[in-house]
Amino acid sequence: MRSVWALAATAALSLLAVSTATFAGEPKQGGILRMYHRDSPGNASIHEGATYSVNIPFMPVFNNLVIYKQDEPQNTMDNIVPELAESWAWVNDHKTLTFKLRQGVKWHDGKPFTSADVKCTFDMLMGKSQQKFRQNPRKSWYDQVNDVSTNGDFEVSFNLKRPQPSLLALLASGYTPVYPCHVSPGDMRTHPIGTGPFKFVEFKANESIKLTRNTDYWRKGRPYLDGIEFTIIPNRSTAILAFVAGKFDMTFPTEVSIPLLKDVKSQAPNAVCEVEPNNVATNIIVNSSAPPFDNIDIRKAMALSLDRKAFISIMFEGQGDVGGTMLPPPNGLWGMPKEMLETIPGYGPDVNANREEARKLMQKAGYGPDKHLAVKVSTRNIPVYRDPAVILIDQLKSIYIDGELDVVETANWFPKIARKDYMLGLNLTGNAVDDPDQSFYENYSCGSERNYTNYCNKEIEKLFDVQSQETDIAKRKKLVWDIDKKLQEDVARPIIFHARTGTCWQPYVRGVTIMTNSSYNGYRYEDLWMDK
Amino acid sequence: MFAYLVRRLLLMLVTLFGISIVIFFLLRIVPGNIVDILFAAAGYVDPADKANLEKELGIDQPLILQYWHWISGFLRGDFGYSYVSEKPALQEILPRIPITARLAGLALLFSASIGIPLGVISAVKQGSRIDYALRVVSLSGLSLPSFWLGLLVLTASVAWFGQMPIFNPNPQSFGEAFATYCIPAMVVGFRSSALTMRITRSSMLEVLRQDYIRTARAKGASDAAVNYHHALKNAILPVITVIGIEAAFLIGGLIVTETVFNIPGVARFLVEAIRWRDYPIVQNLVMLIAVVVVSANFIVDMLYAVFDPRIRYTD
Repeated sequence: MRSVWALAATAALSLLAVSTATFAGEPKQGGILRMYHRDSPGNASIHEGATYSVNIPFMPVFNNLVIYKQDEPQNTMDNIVPELAESWAWVNDHKTLTFKLRQGVKWHDGKPFTSADVKCTFDMLMGKSQQKFRQNPRKSWYDQVNDVSTNGDFEVSFNLKRPQPSLLALLASGYTPVYPCHVSPGDMRTHPIGTGPFKFVEFKANESIKLTRNTDYWRKGRPYLDGIEFTIIPNRSTAILAFVAGKFDMTFPTEVSIPLLKDVKSQAPNAVCEVEPNNVATNIIVNSSAPPFDNIDIRKAMALSLDRKAFISIMFEGQGDVGGTMLPPPNGLWGMPKEMLETIPGYGPDVNANREEARKLMQKAGYGPDKHLAVKVSTRNIPVYRDPAVILIDQLKSIYIDGELDVVETANWFPKIARKDYMLGLNLTGNAVDDPDQSFYENYSCGSERNYTNYCNKEIEKLFDVQSQETDIAKRKKLVWDIDKKLQEDVARPIIFHARTGTCWQPYVRGVTIMTNSSYNGYRYEDLWMDK
Repeated sequence: MFAYLVRRLLLMLVTLFGISIVIFFLLRIVPGNIVDILFAAAGYVDPADKANLEKELGIDQPLILQYWHWISGFLRGDFGYSYVSEKPALQEILPRIPITARLAGLALLFSASIGIPLGVISAVKQGSRIDYALRVVSLSGLSLPSFWLGLLVLTASVAWFGQMPIFNPNPQSFGEAFATYCIPAMVVGFRSSALTMRITRSSMLEVLRQDYIRTARAKGASDAAVNYHHALKNAILPVITVIGIEAAFLIGGLIVTETVFNIPGVARFLVEAIRWRDYPIVQNLVMLIAVVVVSANFIVDMLYAVFDPRIRYTD
């Protein structure tokens, strides 16, 4: 009899345990997510911003036509899902992309969402409308779009000049929300109106940003949170201490450096932390239009002198990636395989041999142990720029180049680069979308505003177009690898490393997904909930 | 007296005019403007977009014209719009002033209430262990940078109490209010209190050697009466002067403290506005501070005239 009771008790306890576990896994409604923000964004308009300081707090206010699945860490074509669109289709030999739109969606001010809003948004992005953005940093994304046409209130088509399969990837980025036609760009900078899971409440510059739950959200049952509050704390030490003290539920995404991560783990052992690549490449920009770097031998020598692993070891305690222009695999979709990468001069594992070759090139150019080349290494006066610049100067010493650090205030950095008032610069390039179209055209095509070095190779440019039109992923990948290899061999903009950074959150915060090949696309926060 | 008043008033106006010129042109000498910064953040420069934005903000106009627009607006009470938030500049500045004023007032109160008594004790007990200990404390107060001290306080709070005295706009209890204002005020006031203590000590030492103090003691006055009634009364004048000067210098310490404790006051806001080259905010805010300081000086000058007939009858 006793054994029967024991069995019954065990069964009851097991049932309770199972039901509790299931219950704990069920998302709960409610709670305000408290997060700190690293700085005060200039304004609230995602289309006018070029930093994820704008995306993170304001992406929850909007919807795109399509979006990368928010619970998948890797952005791929297969992970793109409809959002304001219900479906899409490529027609006309990949020259027309048509979207059927969701019906019954309302803007936060109660007005209905229609295809006119989509047309308005993209006309403005292409510079074809009366209303203009104050800044339009991603206008070049739509270079291949001829026009956007509507067919009734709930169908819209992007008519392209030529096939561009990756347009869909660009449309899925956090940088591509649909704006309302009836709100001016100026108002969108100060009081954004969207269709997204959270409504804008207030933005106090240098103080806070508040969002509240959109109770009329088209996706029933979402979002789980009642709101999100960002406290702007520019001082990183204060922000991290506040997280450790439990003042915040989450750190600012991808903003915890590797050394700081150790502090967080030791002081808040229950915190959940993830380190992922953020698809930001640290690279060297070379003024090849003036001596001494108009000499290809000196440029090649400089590229050969790089000890990339040393950079990663010093700055990230080994947690970084060596690669070309595209983020390396497995997180990156288009990066060259390791075997191919190591065939590029300067990427081989024997750093001493590379430097020996570099010294020979320097001697050929007239420099040697008795005659060093003096250069200024310009960079922005921000630690993530300054620190690698110092390491670069140290490494250049090994090939008779004496570098002097020239720190430039942010306000003067791009004007200085644009007027070619530099010899060598250390720069960071963030990629919003892990796609070659975004990276190649923006950074390496002739005449592009962000092609700071004015590298211009018509042959390569033709290859950019070939890969861009290729619909077969495997074939396109091969083309991209060849282009990337050529860019590195040409010392167009030598890539030093791809950084990794951390994000931490309290254990009760559930449904967080840190994306592994972009730090711009994963902040809709409608699936995030708090288990407390 | 009337001539004196008119002369001081004219001098005040000339000073303010000079300050407005300095503020305006110094800001323009600093390389880069808001448009450069916005495009730097976007990582590109489109000359057409840039020109449009400069036109929209009016910074493409000749400097003289820009100055005239600003100063005439300031005199009318029209402070313009912040380039960054696009909100009225006054609406951005006003809510932050009470926060910084409260912090500065508490810091000065802390500085005086700690610095003066300790300075007196140190002087009275000259050469004793307590004097040496207090001198070490005051020296450390002058040596420790307030950002370091602030971070140390924050780290210690987290390590010992698991809590952090970070800014709370609506404190619900005395403890929260204390953490919000008093702890940062102590951090920023520590340096001033050290200076106040040293000045009080040296001033007291000088006074304590005066004949009238010896006379007071000879007449049988108690130590407390001698120290606080006779000596401190006369030693306090240079201390008050120093506290006054410290009040003006406090803004520097507040910038750091507001940053470390994340207090949305006017000092941190000013630094951010300078970083963004938000001319309407910087110009108007600095001008407001200048008007307050110059007006205070004017009132003091008037009081001198009231209390000192030599000034009154000079003309």
